[in-house]
Amino acid sequence: MSPVLEVANLRVDFSGRTAAVRGVSLKVQRGETHCLVGESGCGKSVSALAVMGLLARGAVRDADVLRFQDTDLTRLSERGMARLRGDKMAMIFQEPMTSLNPAYTIGSQMAEVYERHRGAGRRAALDRAAELLGRVGITAPGMRLAQFPHQLSGGLRQRVMIAMALMCDPELLIADEPTTALDVTVQAQILRLLQTLQRELGLSLLLITHDLGIVARMANQVSVMYAGELVESATAEALFAAPTHPYTRGLLACIPIPGTVRRDEPLGSIPGTVPRISPGFAGCGFRDRCTHALPACAQTVALRSAAPGHAYRCVLPAEWT
Amino acid sequence: MNSSPAAIEVMNIRREFRTGRGMFASARPVRAVDGVSFALPAGQVLGIVGESGCGKSTLARMILGLLPASSGEVRVDGRRLDSMDRRERARLIQPVFQDPFSSLNPRRTVEEIVSLPLAAQGDVPRAQMRERVMEMLARVGLSAEMAGRQPAQLSGGQRQRVAIARALVLRPRIVVCDEPTSALDVSVQAQILNLLAELRRELGLTYLFISHNLAVVEHIATEVAVMYLGRIVEQAETDTLFRGPSHPYTRALLASVLTPEPGKGIPDVGLGESYPDPANIPPGCRFHPRCPMAENRCQSESPEGLVRGGRLVECLLA
Repeated sequence: MSPVLEVANLRVDFSGRTAAVRGVSLKVQRGETHCLVGESGCGKSVSALAVMGLLARGAVRDADVLRFQDTDLTRLSERGMARLRGDKMAMIFQEPMTSLNPAYTIGSQMAEVYERHRGAGRRAALDRAAELLGRVGITAPGMRLAQFPHQLSGGLRQRVMIAMALMCDPELLIADEPTTALDVTVQAQILRLLQTLQRELGLSLLLITHDLGIVARMANQVSVMYAGELVESATAEALFAAPTHPYTRGLLACIPIPGTVRRDEPLGSIPGTVPRISPGFAGCGFRDRCTHALPACAQTVALRSAAPGHAYRCVLPAEWT
Repeated sequence: MNSSPAAIEVMNIRREFRTGRGMFASARPVRAVDGVSFALPAGQVLGIVGESGCGKSTLARMILGLLPASSGEVRVDGRRLDSMDRRERARLIQPVFQDPFSSLNPRRTVEEIVSLPLAAQGDVPRAQMRERVMEMLARVGLSAEMAGRQPAQLSGGQRQRVAIARALVLRPRIVVCDEPTSALDVSVQAQILNLLAELRRELGLTYLFISHNLAVVEHIATEVAVMYLGRIVEQAETDTLFRGPSHPYTRALLASVLTPEPGKGIPDVGLGESYPDPANIPPGCRFHPRCPMAENRCQSESPEGLVRGGRLVECLLA
């Protein structure tokens, strides 16, 4: 079956000064969760914005393939893109307070999406909104529709954002750090909701996160990014059973895991910080922080195979990383 | 146990905020901290965990003397906090805050930032000041060339190192860390946690360590207090609390931690849609509207001060 989203060799530069994304390729298969994971500044959010055609002015996007279902996004006009966004491709962001308009009620914001894309009247749109609020676990949807964003808690606002994204039955939902601003108990509730909705609606999910715990619990497929590049991609099982890129391995060693903690023993850590990558930068972006770095790391490093379906970008054979 | 005074002792401390000034706002006071007591022995690390709005940062600010308490008492090193002047307090207890982007003056150099507490003391000679600043920068892992830079030229982790150097330059005995790694990436978070643990061992520091991240608290704390709507609802030695949480809220918090174990799925934490509101604290047990175990009596009977098996567990059913 063809993937819902296919991206090949996506590149994004900002004003010719920063190479934010350097050749990212990934496929989101129908009904699966694909996690794009990495630390701040690695290019994961920029990749998602590039797919949605929402990059800031001054950004230059280039890709060999950028296809959503049967639509070639590289050839689509801005008007065509606007028709897709919020309809078959929807996106939710980290901070629901800044994504919702504080001056309009929840109901009018949700209804607008449906009216615009489906040509529905206000009455039908509000009915649809109420139905979806119920769907995302909000009791008394009628009351919530009449409220303004500031009257809702953070968890409720994110539920509203999810309901709004589902108004037009999207095929693909891109969620950029959807639970990062939330408390842990609420995070678990929201992620569980996303998982349930995905199963029931057959939704394809591209989930962007910095949290490897979320990746492990949510993902079918994982792409790890570092400094604008995809450094490892595998199924979730394979990635956590046999992390291969030195960055992935280092990142996993940094996480304190409850119940296995030895106090007074240092956590694993990665020395140094993420570099700023200028256009024309060559080689592995991780080499300055890598304990295995070799002279060859300064040249372009190709993806290699650790196992079928498990690729990593490093000059070393998998058993040496 | 020895008889030396606790590094921090808090006795039934409360803090209310009045917000009812707007036309539509209720005149109800927000009870941010609602009767908290604990004693932290010197050399230990008390971790305080809880979700946003539970009062943990308000508590930290009262212990630092940055916010007066509505009632109750704070003693630091055996002395009443309100009997000390600012300079005395600064030599004893220092903060490290969450956001190294907003807690450092962007117009000052690293050296100026770290020497400010020394300058404020007014009795440290200039030459000695520089020496102590450079020594402290080295100690937190910043090279001498960083001294001339401004915060904007530093990474998040480096900025947090500067904040730690500034906190330690007066050689205080107690450090209040309020979400010190929450704004950092995981790889950098680990560096900072390791540094804080190392400094504590070498300098014999006492930490009050506030975080919403349970795994981080388990790693650094010797004792853990769980806060919910302004009160400590469970407190125990770290291993005891993590191996056998007694309060249903502690259990929900622990269940919410997503460890990197594929195939385990997302846990059902069993909490409803309602959300804690410190302007509207429920009667009886303050957790009962969200509690999966709640019985009728939880709506009216207060569990405040209940001790189970030698430790505080404010739950009627535990």
